[in-house]
Amino acid sequence: MNPEPTLEGPLAPRKTRLQESWHLLKQNRLAVLGLVIFILFFITALIGLILTSGPDPVFDPSLVRLQEKLRPPLSKPNLETLRPDELPGLGVYLFGTDDLGRDTFSRMLQGSWVSLTVGFVAVGISVLIGIFMGGIAGYFGQNRIYFDHILMVVLLFAGGALIVVGASSQGLGLLALGLGYIAYSLWTKRISEKKVLPIWLHVLHKKAFSVDTLIMRIVDIMLCFPSFFLILTVVALLPASIYNIMIVIGLTSWMGATRFVRAEFLSLREQDFVTAARALGVSDFRIIFRHMMPNAIAPVLVSATIGIATAILTEAGLSFLGFGVPPPHATWGNILSDGKRFIFDAPWLTFIPGFAILIVVLSFNLFGEGLRDILNPKLRERY
Amino acid sequence: MLSFIGRSIIQKIITLFFVSIVSFLIIHLAPGKPSQVDPLNPKFTPEMVERFRKEFHLDKPLHVQYLLFYRDLFTGKTASWKDNQPVLKKIWERFLNSLPLFIVGTILTWTLSFPIGIRSAISRGGFYDRSATFFSYLLISIPGFFFAYILIIFVVNTFHVPVIGMETFGIGDPSWPRWAMDRVWHLLLPSVLGATGGIAVLSRYVRSQMLEVESQDYVRTAMAKGVPPEQVHYKHALRNALLPFVTMFGLILPGLIGGSVIIESIFSWPGMGRMAYEAILARDYPVILTVNFVSAVLVLAGTFISDILYMVVDPRIRL
Repeated sequence: MNPEPTLEGPLAPRKTRLQESWHLLKQNRLAVLGLVIFILFFITALIGLILTSGPDPVFDPSLVRLQEKLRPPLSKPNLETLRPDELPGLGVYLFGTDDLGRDTFSRMLQGSWVSLTVGFVAVGISVLIGIFMGGIAGYFGQNRIYFDHILMVVLLFAGGALIVVGASSQGLGLLALGLGYIAYSLWTKRISEKKVLPIWLHVLHKKAFSVDTLIMRIVDIMLCFPSFFLILTVVALLPASIYNIMIVIGLTSWMGATRFVRAEFLSLREQDFVTAARALGVSDFRIIFRHMMPNAIAPVLVSATIGIATAILTEAGLSFLGFGVPPPHATWGNILSDGKRFIFDAPWLTFIPGFAILIVVLSFNLFGEGLRDILNPKLRERY
Repeated sequence: MLSFIGRSIIQKIITLFFVSIVSFLIIHLAPGKPSQVDPLNPKFTPEMVERFRKEFHLDKPLHVQYLLFYRDLFTGKTASWKDNQPVLKKIWERFLNSLPLFIVGTILTWTLSFPIGIRSAISRGGFYDRSATFFSYLLISIPGFFFAYILIIFVVNTFHVPVIGMETFGIGDPSWPRWAMDRVWHLLLPSVLGATGGIAVLSRYVRSQMLEVESQDYVRTAMAKGVPPEQVHYKHALRNALLPFVTMFGLILPGLIGGSVIIESIFSWPGMGRMAYEAILARDYPVILTVNFVSAVLVLAGTFISDILYMVVDPRIRL
């Protein structure tokens, strides 16, 4: 008679989590704008990759036309001095040309893909390391590390280092000692009947500090380095390559993600669904990746969105100092830093990439902050 | 309290030790050797290279180099490979040049971001708040050197004053007020640029802290009993929102070194960031390592000071 559900049965939420998030996002107009530009940038970068690569690209970013250098935007190419295959893609220099007569529009298209990859790969590396380290610290953090294990690792490392330095006989000795110890302790634990370490090893087999302490101290050590200066030093010492830049930016920015994941894991591991999973005999690996990670990933994604923006800015800063992505690749950063020499003669070479970086980074930041607001439970309750 | 201080100092010294090892390894295990800097230079005969390597202990094994380097650093004998000047003296001179930039930038940051942040929090969701939010994101997102060029062109074209360097080249011996004005013009742009990012971030932080406090019950009570709004905002809310910022005073210390590389390069400002950049270009390992070490010390000292301040200010915290 009364079709309305009674309060006795469990009520499913009227909206899914995604719908609710979308509803919240729509209220934040700046974040929606950020999302739209974000998607447009992604599409542009993909189209740019297709149109500027291959043997006969529609927009050739590396074609040098010295007679057509520093032409302003929207100027028509001089048909008398150019061969037909040297004409720019749209029949007009949409963003002008640079000091070598290369079409800036093609270079911007190519650069959008490169900038995007630098951002995504660098942040991908840092998020992966962050999840790994944070996951270990949060889930296995209470486990203790024993003195003899530390000693073993030190022996192995010292042996390896000595071999690298040149003292191979001493190095091999240390390595053999370390490996021998591992074999011995494995043998006493697994195979031997007694399962008890001899007395002289018991002295060493003492609890030193927890895994959590170890990882958080590593984070502290990494945070002591001034990040831009460290990136600059390493990039300057390594041979110039786009992959080195991505890897170095990634390896120097994982500390935030580690802290977020650890904090989430510390609170999640006390919750009932984790206890239930453990009681069911689910493996640690599955608990971490199927049960806990989906609940812990949200703040990491927010910081990753903003991290991509920071990585693009860092790449631009490195380009400005002359350590950016080397010439065959055009990035927005190096178009901008090449263009600064002609800022009075050819202002478009500075302003077009500058505003492009500004708009894209701004959209990433606005969208990231919008996401953070959505995921904030306080805002959710009010709605 | 005392035990906390002792424990934290010991912990920080251990951290510093590992930082010194890691930075030393990064520099020395990177490909390329400093003694091969210029193989085309005819003065670089093999005997010279050998003497150079001996002079700077480069022929010793790595761990001996490490010990020798930090022994020299602590006795103040470390010398730059480029010009053989003592590194600490060089850093001190450059530090004195960077100091005015840092002080003006910090004052600008802290005096501007509080009014902006407080006003956005009070008029939450209003026009002022939304435009302040947008502008702070704009300032965070703009590439620093691009913004610097826009500002330089604008200032030079509008006011016709020179801005590059610490003072006008060849200014000679002008009268005192002219000299002062010249220095102020040269100081203005780099410190404003250094402060923009800080203003944007700090004003957002002030805003969120104020919003947090403004939603507390005691603020509502004060409003309800008819206390004038100014008094509620500035006396009840602001004083409680200030707490986290006390600790941030300690964290601005590392800003002395980091972050100024690009700005000092643009403005040819002979400060620490520029020195570090030149040292990287010249592979001047002692300078790079010392700058790294000093900045690590500053970071650790900053966190230590902020921990202590937090304990002094907030009686609820017992570490």
